[in-house]
Amino acid sequence: MRFVSAIAVLALATGMMQVAAAQADEGAFGSEERFMARDGAALYRGICQSCHMPDGRGAAGAGRYPPLAGNERLETAGYPVFIVVNGQKGMPGFGAWLDDAQVAAVVNYVRSHFGNAYADTVSPDDVAAVR
Amino acid sequence: MSEGAQPRVRRRDLLTLIGTMAGSAVMYQAMASLGFAAESPYRPVRLEGDPGGASVLILGAGLAGLVAALELRRAGYRVEVLEYEDRVGGRCWTVRGGDHYTELGGFTQHCQFEKGLYFNPGPWRIPYHHHGVLDYCRRLGVALEPFVQVNYNAFLHARNAFDGKPQRFRHVLSDFHGHVAELLGKAIGQNRLDEIVSREDREILLEALRQWGALDRNFTYRPGGITSERRGYERDPGGGAGGVPEISQPIGLSDLLRSGLWRALATGQLYEYQTPLFQPVGGMDAIASALAREVGDVIRLSAKVTSIRQDAQRVTVRHEHSRSGGDPQTASADWCICTIPLSILSQMDINVGAPMANAIGAVPYDASIKVGLQFKRRFWEQDEAIYGGISYTDLPISLIGYPNTGYGDAGRGVLLGAYAFGPYAYEFTALPPDERVKRAVEWGAQVHPQYRDEFENGIAVGWHRVPGVNGCYGLWTEETRRLHYKNLCEIDGRIALAGEHASYLPAWQEGAVLSALDTVTRLHQRVLSSR
Repeated sequence: MRFVSAIAVLALATGMMQVAAAQADEGAFGSEERFMARDGAALYRGICQSCHMPDGRGAAGAGRYPPLAGNERLETAGYPVFIVVNGQKGMPGFGAWLDDAQVAAVVNYVRSHFGNAYADTVSPDDVAAVR
Repeated sequence: MSEGAQPRVRRRDLLTLIGTMAGSAVMYQAMASLGFAAESPYRPVRLEGDPGGASVLILGAGLAGLVAALELRRAGYRVEVLEYEDRVGGRCWTVRGGDHYTELGGFTQHCQFEKGLYFNPGPWRIPYHHHGVLDYCRRLGVALEPFVQVNYNAFLHARNAFDGKPQRFRHVLSDFHGHVAELLGKAIGQNRLDEIVSREDREILLEALRQWGALDRNFTYRPGGITSERRGYERDPGGGAGGVPEISQPIGLSDLLRSGLWRALATGQLYEYQTPLFQPVGGMDAIASALAREVGDVIRLSAKVTSIRQDAQRVTVRHEHSRSGGDPQTASADWCICTIPLSILSQMDINVGAPMANAIGAVPYDASIKVGLQFKRRFWEQDEAIYGGISYTDLPISLIGYPNTGYGDAGRGVLLGAYAFGPYAYEFTALPPDERVKRAVEWGAQVHPQYRDEFENGIAVGWHRVPGVNGCYGLWTEETRRLHYKNLCEIDGRIALAGEHASYLPAWQEGAVLSALDTVTRLHQRVLSSR
């Protein structure tokens, strides 16, 4: 696939040892007003990795994007749910563009990947409660 | 005090009073009658009065920081500017062939545009009523040329309309007006508006509709010379024996309504996009370069601010090299004007009071994506007769912006291949840069099939990945404005903020300029009154 080879070249060019799969998944670019993906992994790749990066490690420039990888603040599921819905400081809230099930899916994905292994999950009802 | 009890004040007394209470800068403004539009909040600032050797540390060399530095130096302040990037301008930025750009995450792009071609990833247009930006351009000799917002021959495109075939703006505009005028005329003719429009006004309205909508004598919008004079001809008038024009066929009302293409008709009527608009010749960064020339050698590049601390006497800023880090350094001054975007500042160690600190943390930063594409030839001009302006589409690229310069050039050209906000902007930004370019080319080819043969290279900037700003602009709401805006604009001890985020013109350079001028004026008054 042309795309995969392009990624490989880019990874070499930038000295990055590891670049997670980054293609737009099914549901991406579906609407100018809503994110259409339903699956947590697809939502992460379509939104979150813009800032938190494909490997979940965040980034630093003049400021920073905090890593989600191994982030202990994710322990209480209500915290990421609140942040995704309402935003925090420079991060916009996504509540207007994601329904409850989508927020739950992406929070559950993040809390069970990137070195996070929290067994409990959030439900759409949990998300509805913070709106 | 009741109105009747208000003392009469002679004009001269009033000016003296203003000068005493508010400082001479305000008096200058009050006296100035410089021909600027009454509705503009812009007045040229001239800071009068000796600052007595006071020093100001300015954080950020975008337009706000540069304008503040220029005016404060003129007034006699000792000024130092720290800038995170290795260039001045901030979001006033132009990318040219040979430039490298490394975004957050480490993805590096090498711009391969031909010499002379460029792309403005940030602001690209200046409305005629942005008097502050225009006045600095005039004063600093930045050459401007027209920015074409509305091009009647550009396209409106929707995936599910007209089998995906783009339509000319002039066709959609003329036909939409014509059909609406005809419908309204019929309603009047059938006495359906009698209750809400007087008899006399009905006659006037009918005539106005006829003229506005290009209706014939029977108030119908139909193929003919009158409509072709609006929407254009099937074959244009020519010369000689074969010169007879061929009239064109309007699009039917139902097709037009269902196409959704009418959505883009009013964009150019927004106050911010009304003709004429301007762009600096050669790229938007001409403004930043001109300001930096004027400000001189007090700008320190590649300086990443890590903390901002004030006490009763001074402000002390810690910084390090933006890329290599190295030993922490300090800079200090009597005062500080901080133009660092709130997305960054909200993460920083800064000792301001709770009201300002809460304001700094209250403003999220919007997403935006722009993609510049180079093509082997200017097919949009050669094949489509589109000279500058913008085509709109419901594809994720949202629009295609044609270069408003170099018309008729036989060589290569660069156009804006995507400019999106909202979910599309996040989804674009989430992709690796080369994939963003690839997508922009694939989607753009649905509007211009020539893309497939003529595309050469591109560069894509997703603003959440821009290392100096972490976003496009400060996204205020009515609620956050009500709670925090005033507190953001206050001078907190020895620290004052400036930038588009401290204005009512979000994302516009004019907001940065007006904010900076307001801040330096108030700071100057504070300095004079504290001496």
